[in-house]
Amino acid sequence: MRVMVLIKATEDSETGKLPPTEAFEAMDKITEEMAQAGVMIAGAGLKPSAEAKRVAFEGQARTVIDGPFAEIRELVAGFCIWEVKDMAEAVAWAKRFPNPGPGRTEIEIRPFYEVADLAGVLPPEPADAAPRSAERTKLGVA
Amino acid sequence: MTARDTHPAIEASFRIERARLIAGLARLTRDIGAAEELAQEALLAALSEWPKTGVPDNPGAWLMTAARRRAIDVIRRDRMRARKHAEIAGTLEEGDSGATEAIEASLDDPIGDERLGLIFTACHPILPREARTALTLRVVGGLTTGEIARAFLAREATIAQRIVRAKRAIAEAGLSFEAPRGAELAARLPFVLEVIYLIFNEGYAATVGEDLVRPALCLEAQRLGRMLVALLPVDAPGKAEAFGLLALMEIQASRLAARAGPDGGFIPITEQDRARWDKLLIGRGLDALARAEASGDGGVYALQAALAACHARARRAEETDWARIASLYDRLRAIAPSPVVDLNRAIAHGMAFGPDAGLRLVEPLRDVPALHAYAPLPAARGDLLFRLGRCAEARTEFESAAALTRNLRERDFLLARAARCATANEGPHGLANSPTGSTVSPKRA
Repeated sequence: MRVMVLIKATEDSETGKLPPTEAFEAMDKITEEMAQAGVMIAGAGLKPSAEAKRVAFEGQARTVIDGPFAEIRELVAGFCIWEVKDMAEAVAWAKRFPNPGPGRTEIEIRPFYEVADLAGVLPPEPADAAPRSAERTKLGVA
Repeated sequence: MTARDTHPAIEASFRIERARLIAGLARLTRDIGAAEELAQEALLAALSEWPKTGVPDNPGAWLMTAARRRAIDVIRRDRMRARKHAEIAGTLEEGDSGATEAIEASLDDPIGDERLGLIFTACHPILPREARTALTLRVVGGLTTGEIARAFLAREATIAQRIVRAKRAIAEAGLSFEAPRGAELAARLPFVLEVIYLIFNEGYAATVGEDLVRPALCLEAQRLGRMLVALLPVDAPGKAEAFGLLALMEIQASRLAARAGPDGGFIPITEQDRARWDKLLIGRGLDALARAEASGDGGVYALQAALAACHARARRAEETDWARIASLYDRLRAIAPSPVVDLNRAIAHGMAFGPDAGLRLVEPLRDVPALHAYAPLPAARGDLLFRLGRCAEARTEFESAAALTRNLRERDFLLARAARCATANEGPHGLANSPTGSTVSPKRA
């Protein structure tokens, strides 16, 4: 199964203060281990929410909200995509991450929808249709 | 952590360490069976200790130390027994105690990473091919004998016996569990790649049974492939081919969700809904291919990956660069000649330069004994004949292909094509239908 791993923000990550060298080394180490286990598929760090924008939807209206955003613990500071056998494996890996702290922070693990989960929802491709040229709106489907 | 989720959590942590533990212990004891038992006992120790103490900072080191201690106990016990027997028989001599000392000395060693050595040992050419795949899945992938048996639709007892014999053969040959280097590594890497690709193909092109694909097996092979490129030294000879194999598997796996219709039926590559292709895997595959091509030797796997990439890069089936595919098959044929490659090359030429060109290359293959009962041959010939408007002949070919395939889904697909020939008018048809989809899967190439 594929999971999205959301590394939540901290006061430090939100001020744009990059982690000290040791923290980078610790992250490199676990990333390398996960690559060697064939688990790490992708990942990246995100800039502070001061550089972020939100587009809010209400009926037909679209409002753009500039960062920074207040609820630090709910913000995402980085993500990874892992391919694991089950959630227990994902949790075991996540526990090995260095604490991005100081203080309390969280890593959230969310399984991807797989095509099988959406079998009844996605309209079937008509059998005689020409292959689509545009991307179908199935983003997020593993 | 609640008491309830403690054991599964510990087991999950153990699974992460298992291959490395077994590798280290096998290196120490020169015995995979003993290594597995010691690792299992380390798990039992963790299950009794960790709920009280919490999971240690370095679970792998903890488990390895527990297993090494246990190994010393076992050796001491055996020696004690041997001594008693010797006393009874009156043949006591001062024995060699080197083994215990070596392990005692290793107690404080860093746990190291011997996984590469374990992979090369499990894939050693002294073992029969089926034993290599079973043993690799067991000790490196951590699958149970039952899981392996289900994956290969074999009896569990058969797989268990295969693994036992393989372990014995390794012990008898006195293999060291060390990863080879230099020329030796270059000579043995192809065996490792072959095992991984066999596992992948058994999942991707399920040769028997009702499932078209067994994705779990593909995933296992992808994991092994990723592990291999991460563990091989940067300058390992032949590493380009390891990247090539990884690229091939990632790109082929990107189509898993698109290859089977809602009813489980087979969908050939040119008719697949490309929006269902896994872009993340395509990206990883193209990246691995670029790394394989950067070192430039273009081996069998890298060439096949380049072929798969031609499809992956085409946003629509009509945009497929069949001329490039045809020329890649020309190259593949030069370095890895085989009747299956010849057939796929003929199919590609048929797509690139028209059904006449394809048929010209297919005709001589009908006399090749290796392709005598090979379903993709009549299927490809049927497709070319259909496109040339020779529908009656095409129908016969699809029917013989359907009779030959052992995959039930593929058979349904071929029978449907035969039925379409019966209703089609004689006269040339377009490119809308592809061959059997085996175009990019020369699995027995």
